[in-house]
Amino acid sequence: MVKRLSVIDTERCVGCQSCMFACVRRTGHGGLGGACIGVRSAGGIRRGFLVVVCRACADPPCSKVCPVDALPARPGGGVRLKSELCIGCGNCARACPFGAIFWDDAADKPLVCVYCGYCADYCPYQVIALEDVAPEVIP
Amino acid sequence: MNADGTLHRVLYIDLTRRRSEVRERPELFRDGLGGTGAAIRLLDEECPAGADPLGPDNPIIMAVGPLVGLFPLASKTVAMFKSPLTGNLGESHAGGRSAVAIRSAGYGALVIRGASATPVYLSVDAHGARFRDASALWGMRSSATVGTVIRSREAGAGVRSIMRIGRAGEQMVRFACVITETYRHFGRLGLGAVFGAKKLKALVVSGRRDIPVPDRKAYRDAYDAVYHAAVDSPLMKKYHDLGTAINVLPLHAAGALPTRNLQSGQFEGAEAISAEALASGYLGRRVACTHCPVACVHLAMLRLPYPHDPYFYKTLMIGYDHEPVYAMGSLLGVGEPAGLLRLLDAAEIHGFDVMSAGVALAWATEALARGLITLADTDGLALAFGDAETYLAALSRIVSQPTDFYRALARGTAHAAAVYGGADFALAFGGNEMPGYHTGPIGHLGYLVGARHSHLDNAGYSVDQKIAAKGEHLTPEQAAETLLEEERWRQVLTSLVICLFARGVYDLATVIRTLAAAGVETTADALAATGAETLRRKFAFKRREGFDAAAMPIPRRIVETPSPAGPFDEEYIRRGIAHYMARL
Repeated sequence: MVKRLSVIDTERCVGCQSCMFACVRRTGHGGLGGACIGVRSAGGIRRGFLVVVCRACADPPCSKVCPVDALPARPGGGVRLKSELCIGCGNCARACPFGAIFWDDAADKPLVCVYCGYCADYCPYQVIALEDVAPEVIP
Repeated sequence: MNADGTLHRVLYIDLTRRRSEVRERPELFRDGLGGTGAAIRLLDEECPAGADPLGPDNPIIMAVGPLVGLFPLASKTVAMFKSPLTGNLGESHAGGRSAVAIRSAGYGALVIRGASATPVYLSVDAHGARFRDASALWGMRSSATVGTVIRSREAGAGVRSIMRIGRAGEQMVRFACVITETYRHFGRLGLGAVFGAKKLKALVVSGRRDIPVPDRKAYRDAYDAVYHAAVDSPLMKKYHDLGTAINVLPLHAAGALPTRNLQSGQFEGAEAISAEALASGYLGRRVACTHCPVACVHLAMLRLPYPHDPYFYKTLMIGYDHEPVYAMGSLLGVGEPAGLLRLLDAAEIHGFDVMSAGVALAWATEALARGLITLADTDGLALAFGDAETYLAALSRIVSQPTDFYRALARGTAHAAAVYGGADFALAFGGNEMPGYHTGPIGHLGYLVGARHSHLDNAGYSVDQKIAAKGEHLTPEQAAETLLEEERWRQVLTSLVICLFARGVYDLATVIRTLAAAGVETTADALAATGAETLRRKFAFKRREGFDAAAMPIPRRIVETPSPAGPFDEEYIRRGIAHYMARL
């Protein structure tokens, strides 16, 4: 079954960013540099938080604007980054209406969710979860 | 040695010349670990003897440590400066996003020197510091609006910290705080006034980068142990569920909740302002510092009508904790939640250390009742315990300072009592206002001997409670030994900038294991020696600046009002102080 990350309830997000640290730790580092998920305040912490994740679109705009086919659509939704093809033009990041494509400044390449769900394992408040893409969505 | 070399980079910022430069200082972090240990070494270097706390010579040091960005709950920034409140060592800790932001920007510490001629705010990132004009932000009524404006002008949403002062800091109220992420504070000892004196309205720090570790598997394993201890074990449950205000009811029941300027240890309004009541009636949201899964920050939602405009309301989100509830609640006799929350909101808007502000107002209330001051002094405000409306007006006047009395009060409770009398009931220790625990002699001894005169220095209040539960008694010398051992160990925790609420998670073995995963090899003996040395350095600074433990006034009120520990006298405390200082 194809998986994707789902935001269950942003109102339960406390802004600890444990998910962001988990995303980076999966690759064997600390810090927040390579995080493919973003948590930021919704206009000041008093208003709560926004949780920005790739929602694995069935028809992903980021894929369509890639001039070198480095972001082919994944069957069932979402994309896979072929880093060796990427020229770092940034079209994908501009095309995503959620800002869910983050940027690796050093490599000048996008940071794209791989739908592994490691972040969700470290969310203490069940704000996010890895879920099966509904079968009817799969062509 | 630390696997990540960027921790060794110290950013020196000169407000007078508007320049910044990075210097490599690995020895600071090797010898002092980071946080408190690195900051006291920098303060020693940067602060000339006898410096005016509000002059350009007083530096602001901010330091983080090797676990920041790598492990949960290593979430604090340690600020050091010479305190304008006590005229001596200033050390204040805050969380929010500050620690991870400083490390992610590529620094282990910031040193801010000099003073700006005109209002300025600093924007710090991996490229250094930028000096932004803050003339238009100066004098703005609310510290929250300052945050809103800067948020829209600066980059780094989600990975930045916006530390700012309110008008209390601009006016150099000696107990003004620095606010970060709206609900966290460098609260104690007046860092806000030091910002204000330097015409520094705000400090924005942002950054985003990976931090390498020597062994990925060892790192992940150590991480999981800390994470699960924080989330799954009972170690942090009390902070998690009801927040720190969970202390209000048990302290009241024990007779340890300072009430009406500590005329009593019990407050008939305790139930109404308890964590339980605030949670059921007002809790609107919980938030966390970066990399803290516990989320102890509790925000109350308060809906207020506009009095002359029907069907118009505003809804405020107001942070509360035990100390603010004590300082603006029981200590002022305010047992009505809406009044308490409005006072907490006002303290936030003006930018006061809420604890010092509450103690100052409590002293002033009693001084007025006893005729030491008059209504002319208070600008007509009939301060009275329980009257939140009048206290709201008084908070504004501590900022605007319309009379000599408010100018004196803005210099702290001890100073005001020195001018007007009433030192017997001025609840200050070493010049710093009292925390919300009247547990017994060891708590008070702890405030007096602690390097910051804070309950968090050595947790004497906790020793009182533990020995009371066991029916034990400690001699002053035994009490001093217990406090000294705890304060030394806490130097290690705060050098690693571990939140002290997580002290149960970070036991010695966990500290050694997480440090190893961060690339810092150490031993129990080496850590103990580092803690003792850091504390020794803090007291060396204090003595250099004139600290005399034997001369510290002990307010008579603390031995007059019964505590759960039963009667104790000043002699007990004096003996404890003498032993502590001799053993340092």
